[in-house]
Amino acid sequence: MEKLSNKEKMKIPRQKMPEQEPLIRNMNFSEVNLGFTPELAQQEALRCLECKTQNCIEGCPVRVQIRDFISLVAVGDFLGAARKIKEDNLLPAICGRVCPQEEQCEVVCVTGKKGDPVAIGRLERFVADYERVNVGFVKPELKPRNGRKVAIIGSGPAGLSCAGDLIQMGYEVTVFEALHELGGVLIYGIPEFRLPKEIVKYEIDNLAKLGVEFITNAVIGRTDTIDELFEDGYDAVFAATGAGLPYFMNIPGENLIGVYSANEFLTRINLMKAYRFPDYDSPMIDVKGKNVAVIGGGNTAMDAVRTAKRLGAINAYIIYRRSEKEMPARIEEIHHAKEEGIEFRLLENPIEFIGDEFGWLKQAKIQKMELGEPDSSGRRRPVPIKGSEYLLDIDLVVIAVGNGSNPLISQTTPDLQVNKWGNIIADEKGATSKEGVFAGGDIVTGGATVILAMGAGRSAANAIDEYIKKKFEIPTEAAN
Amino acid sequence: MFKIIHAEFLAPDIKLFQIHSPKIAKKRKAGQFVIIRVDEHGERIPLTIADSDAVKGTVTIIVQGIGKTTKQLNEKNTGEFISDIVGPLGKPSEIENYGNVVVIGGGVGTAIAYPTAVALKKAGNHVISIIGARNKELVILEKEMDETSNEVFVTTDDGSYGMHGFVTDKLTQLINEGRKIDFVLAIGPIPMMKRVSEVTKPHGIKTVVSLNPIMVDGTGMCGGCRATVDDKTVFVCVDGPEFDAHKVDFENLTLRNRAYLTQEKSSLEKFIANHEEAFKSGSIEECKIEHGPRY
Repeated sequence: MEKLSNKEKMKIPRQKMPEQEPLIRNMNFSEVNLGFTPELAQQEALRCLECKTQNCIEGCPVRVQIRDFISLVAVGDFLGAARKIKEDNLLPAICGRVCPQEEQCEVVCVTGKKGDPVAIGRLERFVADYERVNVGFVKPELKPRNGRKVAIIGSGPAGLSCAGDLIQMGYEVTVFEALHELGGVLIYGIPEFRLPKEIVKYEIDNLAKLGVEFITNAVIGRTDTIDELFEDGYDAVFAATGAGLPYFMNIPGENLIGVYSANEFLTRINLMKAYRFPDYDSPMIDVKGKNVAVIGGGNTAMDAVRTAKRLGAINAYIIYRRSEKEMPARIEEIHHAKEEGIEFRLLENPIEFIGDEFGWLKQAKIQKMELGEPDSSGRRRPVPIKGSEYLLDIDLVVIAVGNGSNPLISQTTPDLQVNKWGNIIADEKGATSKEGVFAGGDIVTGGATVILAMGAGRSAANAIDEYIKKKFEIPTEAAN
Repeated sequence: MFKIIHAEFLAPDIKLFQIHSPKIAKKRKAGQFVIIRVDEHGERIPLTIADSDAVKGTVTIIVQGIGKTTKQLNEKNTGEFISDIVGPLGKPSEIENYGNVVVIGGGVGTAIAYPTAVALKKAGNHVISIIGARNKELVILEKEMDETSNEVFVTTDDGSYGMHGFVTDKLTQLINEGRKIDFVLAIGPIPMMKRVSEVTKPHGIKTVVSLNPIMVDGTGMCGGCRATVDDKTVFVCVDGPEFDAHKVDFENLTLRNRAYLTQEKSSLEKFIANHEEAFKSGSIEECKIEHGPRY
């Protein structure tokens, strides 16, 4: 194939992601994005200028060799591209779907300076799906076992990426999961229509095939403590328990029936499959033809409100106290939500929930806001407008204003330092105040993204490797 | 999958299970609970641990078949399996030597109160137990309670056994007789716990109840089990399940527990219909049901 000039490359438009039609998909739970065809993928890959200085790698928390995998896609070597990605990222089918590429690799893409950046995320997803569908699991090289054991607490993105790296380095790895199913937020939090659970299960099965041991129904802090894990023979522990304590708003009426945390609402639907009640036993309040409001402007809020629409809500609102510009959600999620008929009530904030005599939510008292001076986050502070309150009919409300840290581990591990929000204090490699204990992901940073958690898992794997080799005087070569 | 090492009916619709789960058996303390899931399509339900055997590695739960999940569980027999059991969850009971304590168990709540009665006795308390049930057939753990208590009283709603009346009638009687009571633990249906709380409050008797809200994960992640205690919101799964009865908002708890009544009803009806079908076609044998679930 003849090489295109940069000028010709720049002329190719960014390829659009095929999607389900908005008014069809808002009635089903199947994936919204349908994925590139091989033709679309190759066409998109041709847009990459193959820069010498690879800004895109710098933008990626796990440093995927983006230029090199895209070059392989451009020539049609999709499996080679998959192998190239997996040198740095074991879970591309997940990252290709849920990473905020527009803030990471794509924002620094040189093609994007004059036009649209290369659709790196869509290509990553295509390559991972292509390999899964056409070849299945390809076992990577594993180093010989070194006889050292690592316990990982939590099977979310941080735990899985750490497990994947350590198993390849030669460790025996056990992942402890509190719930009955593996995957953490990938399973209970992110809905099927954005990340099919089958893909998460496939990736976890592959880690199991590499030898990672998974134990469900194990609540560390209750079933075992961290100290007991050491007594059981683990040489190091990685705490990746996520941000699992929902914040409420502390306003009147919050304990009415119909007021949910985003965690509960999404867990009932995604993990417990309440949308398939009564085939599955866990119920959800029927919202068909009802009014649902989701409070918050992040990705979790978008997931919740789009879920509510799919459950049949006649009106599904986002209520957010700032303007759209300040919303932390990905642009794509906001765009998809709007297409699906979600109504955005911006610069508004509930100050009270009102119920009937049976304790059921009926209305919310909403206060209008305006933007004032920037606050510590750099975003303009929302200021209430006096006398602007009005009543909005609502049958179900989902509070999606963020999560704190679950205290079960810190309560039972007194020598593990936490900050005032209960987040475990760890250095940039994941080392904590307690010897042999590392931490990463949302339990350290507070609620963030899947890929940042995966990056933390990777850093911790390297730090754990270094720690164990030093402690047990394992020569680096012998471990290889 | 977790094996049921032993299962037996204690009373109609009330079944005892010993489930193999060595870690929970070793760790659990009085007042803690487990969450179980019967099968792959099952919901997660909390059940307080009634007893455990660290040597056999079993956890004992006592289940009253009320809704779909508990009825389905009560059809399980020795040697069969459940999908999941996780725990021990929640804070253990606060055990002290209070002096004279009254432990009240209403219905299957007796099973929940039992381990704490054992712990209170061990701590040196004079333990008076009151077991309440609708009728004689439904009285459970009388022998066990007797072994761990200094005095045991039984009340039945219909008078078929023990004192005719409610547990609160017996409690009021003890108070009126001038018995010195330093601490009351009351576990059972919400109206019973509320009534006990009303009886002890004017006398300033410290009273603890174990709350039973709807839960999902049981680890503090979802907030579905929140209750109002002392005008503040608590997560029963991690802050409880035991609380100062005089500070609990029982109304709110009652209302919140009704959130899924419609769905619970339809789920149970479907289960019963399917069950009858299976029964007719012979895929379920009658002998398996012992004197258990009756529809």
